[in-house]
Amino acid sequence: MPLEIVFPMTNEHELQLDLERQGVFLSTVNRFYNWGRRSSIWPMAFGLACCAIEMMAFGLSRYDVARFGAELFRASPRQADLMIVAGTVTKKMAPQVVRLYNQMAEPRYVISMGACATSGGPFRDGYNVLRGIDLLVPVDVYVPGCPPRPEALLHALITLQDQIDRQKLGRVRWYGEGAKPQTTDFPVPTFGAQGLEIDGRLVDPVGGLPLVSAYTAPEFGEMKSGRLEHPEIVRHFPIMDPTVELEHPLKARGMAPEIAADDLKRGEVGNAEA
Amino acid sequence: MLKTEELQINIGPQHPSTHGVFRMIVTVDGETITDLKPVFGYLHRNHEQIAEQNTYLQNMPYTDRLDYFNSMANNQAYAMAIEKMVGIEVPERAEYLRVMMVELTRILNHAGALGFLINDMGMWQTQLAFGMREREKILDLFESASGARLMCNYFRFGGVVRDLPPDFIPRLKELLQAMPAFVDELERLLRENEILMQRAEGIGILPRDLALAYSVSGPVLRGSGIPYDVRKAEPYSVYDRFDFDVPVGTVGDVYDRFLVRIEEMRQSRRILEQVLEQLPDAQGGHINPKARQNVRPPVGDVYARIESPKGELGFYLVSDGSGKPYRYKVRAPSFINLTPLGDMCRGYKVADVVVILGSIDIVMGEVDR
Ligand code: SF4
Repeated sequence: MPLEIVFPMTNEHELQLDLERQGVFLSTVNRFYNWGRRSSIWPMAFGLACCAIEMMAFGLSRYDVARFGAELFRASPRQADLMIVAGTVTKKMAPQVVRLYNQMAEPRYVISMGACATSGGPFRDGYNVLRGIDLLVPVDVYVPGCPPRPEALLHALITLQDQIDRQKLGRVRWYGEGAKPQTTDFPVPTFGAQGLEIDGRLVDPVGGLPLVSAYTAPEFGEMKSGRLEHPEIVRHFPIMDPTVELEHPLKARGMAPEIAADDLKRGEVGNAEA
Repeated sequence: MLKTEELQINIGPQHPSTHGVFRMIVTVDGETITDLKPVFGYLHRNHEQIAEQNTYLQNMPYTDRLDYFNSMANNQAYAMAIEKMVGIEVPERAEYLRVMMVELTRILNHAGALGFLINDMGMWQTQLAFGMREREKILDLFESASGARLMCNYFRFGGVVRDLPPDFIPRLKELLQAMPAFVDELERLLRENEILMQRAEGIGILPRDLALAYSVSGPVLRGSGIPYDVRKAEPYSVYDRFDFDVPVGTVGDVYDRFLVRIEEMRQSRRILEQVLEQLPDAQGGHINPKARQNVRPPVGDVYARIESPKGELGFYLVSDGSGKPYRYKVRAPSFINLTPLGDMCRGYKVADVVVILGSIDIVMGEVDR
């Protein structure tokens, strides 16, 4: 049986850091490549709503993102690596956001900044608001808050840098194994009769839950499925869906639509299960 | 004469100027603009529809997000509408606190807006960094009073949510002392720069009669030479106790609007100093203890307006006697000030469009709602 040498640190990354502390500088192509990319992430100057103001504060002198190498806001998507979706994505704006994302060159990353970009936030109930940009493009880091403080956005950037550090050249989606053509050009939604559509299917139907995000699990940055999935259980928002009959309209009006819908539907679901 | 052909250029919705998602279809003849068609709605997030499903108090934080530069001013207009409808008394001290916050908002709005304006002229980020540096100091004050930097949600029906923290007044005094130097610096940045002056003087002229016809308000109206300010015309809150001037321009070009804003910052400082003098004698607490927050206004309608930093901001509410507004309408100054954009741009060069847009000072959250 061959002798196995066990290093105290099994993690390659930590081993390297340990060696560097002792003055030994080694590098792999992987690490060098990641170091180069993580230290000069150029974001796109792209603000949608209120969160963009905090994004500016994040770029200017007080919070000074230049410390992390990401101060060069580019006006053109072709020169940018990072799209910070800062603000409410409306259904009118969503096709443009996807188009901008498609114009960025790989490797490209997305930070979804604020409640609105992540899930629709306070405006989730609006008929014109997309409930999360991750329905259309893959998101790497989500930042909660309304608006998130600039420190939170800095933390998101650092998290993204950590994620970049862990990427393997052989597996990245732009030239790793199994790089699919569909991952380079994301489908741009179009306006159908009832809202945004991709290939004839509603992306974010008013009065129902949106589709399950096509690009989940950001920690597996290279392995997103890229498929749109419909949720099994369809729930309804009674206030916006004319087909749902309200038992006690006044009673339901006092609640958040989702809670009201749950209340009304609970009986039915219970019956169906029994 | 050279024979030229007209060309259509699309600017936006994603473009490097810093005014949000706004699209303009510009028809040019050579470099000269012959027509401009604005396209709105990229930030239409159903503010009014959602507001009609919320209770009156739930709408207070939503008003923060209307004009996200001036959350305090929006709060005040909305609170005033409800107070008028229900008949809530506001204690004197609360009124002073409100005026203080709104005047601070005016300073920070103008500092930001002028920063963006000069940023658009090509002085990339220098001016913006100056403006934002000053803004951060005021945001710190807001944070200590309300708990949030941007979306303060500080006002309640009948007053403000809590009194000032103990170190607020000394910090405010310090800020006011340092302010004149900053405002002068801001003014010199434009005045002493020949290139920027050429891009501001005589550009985007909005004549007096046209300004009236479009019912613009705020610094844009005053830049055109009409001394109309809701604080003077229909004094609300405690504005009748302060001594301040309403600056007006003469020509109505970009430069005049710039100067009006600079002067307004100085006047806001004057008001703030008077507030600091009078605040210790003001009666009452920070909120009327009898004021109910879950209001049910009687059937009827109300319109309340204030002079927000961008112009006349009004809320029109219709009540059907329940706890939620039957109709909720915002008279958004940005939206109405934006309507003469086509007339202001016609005859100028393409490069001036963004400068003129910057001098109007719009926020898309308020335009599209
Ligand atoms: S999350 Fe809040 S602050 Fe950000 S865009 Fe949405 S409403 Fe505005």
